[in-house]
Amino acid sequence: MTEREVSVTSDVGIHARPAMTFVKEAMKFPCEIFLVKGGIQANGKSIMSVLGLAITSGSKLIIKADGEREQEAVNVLAMLVENDFKDENG
Amino acid sequence: MQRDAIYIHDLLGKTGKSDLQLHLVAGKEGLDKEIPVGDINRPGLTLAGFFDFFAYERIQIFGLGETAFLETLPDERKGEIFEKFFSYDVLCCIFTHSKHPDDIFRTYADRNKVPTLVTDHRTTKFISLLTHIIEDAHSPKITVHGTLVSAFGIGVLIIGKSGVGKSECALELIERGHLLIADDIVEIRRIDERYLQGSGSEIIKHHMEIRGLGIINVRDVFGIRSVRNRKRVELVAELEEWKSEKEYDRLGIDEQTYTILDLEIPFITIPVRPGRNIPVIIETAALNLRLKKMGVFSAKELDRKIQDWLKSKKNEIEKKESDD
Repeated sequence: MTEREVSVTSDVGIHARPAMTFVKEAMKFPCEIFLVKGGIQANGKSIMSVLGLAITSGSKLIIKADGEREQEAVNVLAMLVENDFKDENG
Repeated sequence: MQRDAIYIHDLLGKTGKSDLQLHLVAGKEGLDKEIPVGDINRPGLTLAGFFDFFAYERIQIFGLGETAFLETLPDERKGEIFEKFFSYDVLCCIFTHSKHPDDIFRTYADRNKVPTLVTDHRTTKFISLLTHIIEDAHSPKITVHGTLVSAFGIGVLIIGKSGVGKSECALELIERGHLLIADDIVEIRRIDERYLQGSGSEIIKHHMEIRGLGIINVRDVFGIRSVRNRKRVELVAELEEWKSEKEYDRLGIDEQTYTILDLEIPFITIPVRPGRNIPVIIETAALNLRLKKMGVFSAKELDRKIQDWLKSKKNEIEKKESDD
């Protein structure tokens, strides 16, 4: 189990599109991925789950991964959140 | 496992199903205090001057008796009593039967930031409503990744790995006239230590994500008859990809259970394979559970029938042999 705390810096928080970007990225990893906010744990591979956390700007999030390539997954996803959900491609 | 915190300001306005009909009369600054326990205290003895065992950390309920007693006191005696009463860190005072506290009480309450409220309810009725609301908020809860539907009135929690088809299965069940409670995030509370109640997250309520379609609002697409807000969880169905090496339950005589918040719930594992109609299996499981609740246990009945038949055959053969 690898986990890291990140804070959401993007002004609008995590709405539909950022959630989709996050989930798409999470789906690329074979391990289980969770997002924890305020004690509630959501499945990082499910859009509804991520949206349901109601992640506002400035929220503290814990990204957890368990299984194959967990380290890499946490690194990539933490980076994504910290970069306000902009992929390298644009 | 977590519990929600409940604050005094939560009691004002509508709390869930019941309305406490509370109005604030003093001590506005204390409204943000947290209510730590569901117990209440009737401060009759305390007002009479007996301060031992004063449960000041609970909500103080002033019923007709307390109010009538206060009215008999001369002002200087009131001052003495309130001085001592409010020297404790009193959580909150509530007057029932629409009886308002007098100016002296309100002055003390304001000064000590003790929220003081008046309700129109009778004392006993109010206490039962209040205890219910606080216990509800304090009931332990967890969030489960799954889908909660109500099939033939049985609350079925469908769990399983991402992408195994929980949402699709729920969609088919909704299409067949069953109800969706929550998809993906299911909040489960243990009520009265007796049963589990599931509901959805407030913000994504009744929305589903279907691969290939995206997000749909079930309430808008299928109408109000296809959703409900909360439901008792009575059956857990786990969907998993068919593993050829795994033995699946073929008889259903041994009942399996799944533990949520220390309560055991009937549990089935449904192997998923192309061509297997999972919604029908879930419908049947729900019906079967209803039958069991009414005392009819299909697998055991059949077993008993077979055993009876075998016994009668054996008797017939023995009889024949002895006749010969």
